Amino acid sequence: MISITDLHKQFAQLKVLRGISLDVAKGKVVVIIGPSGSGKTTLLRCLNALEVPTSGSVQIGDVRLDFSKKVERSSLPSLRKQTGMVFQSYNLFPHMTALENVMEGPVTVKKISKEKAKEKASSLLVKVGLGDKLDHYPAQLSGGQQQRVGIARALAMDPQVMLFDEPTSALDPELVGEVLKVMKELAQEGMTMVVVTHEMGFAREVADEVIFMDQGIIVEHGTPQQLFTQPREERTRQFLQHLK
Amino acid sequence: MQMSLSNFFDNPERLDRWITIAQSSFLPLVKGALLYSLTLAIVAFFFGLILAILTALARISGIKPLVAIARVYVSIIRGTPLLVQLFIIFFGLPSIGIMIDPIPSAIIGFSLSVGAYSSEVVRAAILSIPKGQWEAAYSIGMTYWQALQRVILPQAARVSVPPLSNSFISLVKDTSLAAAILVPEMFRKAQEIVASTYEPLLLYSEAALIYWIICFILSIIQDRLENKLDRYV
Repeated sequence: MISITDLHKQFAQLKVLRGISLDVAKGKVVVIIGPSGSGKTTLLRCLNALEVPTSGSVQIGDVRLDFSKKVERSSLPSLRKQTGMVFQSYNLFPHMTALENVMEGPVTVKKISKEKAKEKASSLLVKVGLGDKLDHYPAQLSGGQQQRVGIARALAMDPQVMLFDEPTSALDPELVGEVLKVMKELAQEGMTMVVVTHEMGFAREVADEVIFMDQGIIVEHGTPQQLFTQPREERTRQFLQHLK
Repeated sequence: MQMSLSNFFDNPERLDRWITIAQSSFLPLVKGALLYSLTLAIVAFFFGLILAILTALARISGIKPLVAIARVYVSIIRGTPLLVQLFIIFFGLPSIGIMIDPIPSAIIGFSLSVGAYSSEVVRAAILSIPKGQWEAAYSIGMTYWQALQRVILPQAARVSVPPLSNSFISLVKDTSLAAAILVPEMFRKAQEIVASTYEPLLLYSEAALIYWIICFILSIIQDRLENKLDRYV
């Protein structure tokens, strides 16, 4: 489903990604962990070209972009249509209600009729447990509720892959659970997911594969069991020690 | 000073004359205000805003020739008096064969002016929208123009309503400059009536009063608009 080959990203003099290759099969949940500055968020943002990689290629579904050649800006939406993204700070559209937020993609990008989009958006919001908040504006919702609207907004585009960028990091501890619950349900339904998170409990329970990144490379990857209990690399051990 | 003041109040005939003139001039002035001053302001503001948005986008684009054109345009318009610009368009251009009627001339002049001044407001408003909004729009597959139209500009509009309302109110008053290029708006009407009645204090005060009432109503509309746009914040 996802195939990344030798991905590099450089900001001015700073090399953030130094050759990342990774394959994710359909229906798998991959959790990326690592210290801040390790490049994990940048990697995630390269997957939908919010950051345009310096070189390397990204394939999602049947869309492949090779960034070693010149990539037209007009070809980026094709990659983005394969992916849904959930942001750390939700980034809901504040001038639209929850329902309008979720309808926006289908109506504006996919040109689906308003009635159909509305029907679909309502059912998605019911699914994330917000059936009674359709007409609320983001400012009237808690962080956990906003993030669930964010998930519904991404799902509305029928993405092949869902990308989560520290989806619970901005939330109060008691609101984290409701967001993780929705993510777990998605995983159980067979959604392919790439999740950057500090929630090790989620990683242990839901991930098929955990990736540990540091200084722009993948240091180690494996099943949660493997990585959390018997890390091979010293650097991974240090990092996991810090978490305890 | 004292002499003439007492003369005026001791002269009931003059007062009667004032009342008569004020009554007969009121309707033509209001008509000039609504038909020309306000209409001119609305039309020019409409085109001016489009120009302002395009100019702001050009400035933000980072594409060098576009940035340069936008900067030169804003610099020229802001660096020269509006009255002089109107004179160049209406009295100047005919000498190279470009004849434009008074009203279109005024619309062009005022639109260019609004475009330049408001572009800075629009630019600041667009830049004030968090980067995450662009990213969220892109992440659901929107193009630049879709993101701009559906996500960024509606939010930027909210931010820019107070400064743009002020520009509009200024514009309504600035339309009086069009009197100088023969547009029959309120101030020119007042001048014409003065020419036949020799009562400048009365007529110009009356015109001022009407400008004031219009601007007062506009500022009430501005408040309402701001409240309405604030509802989701």
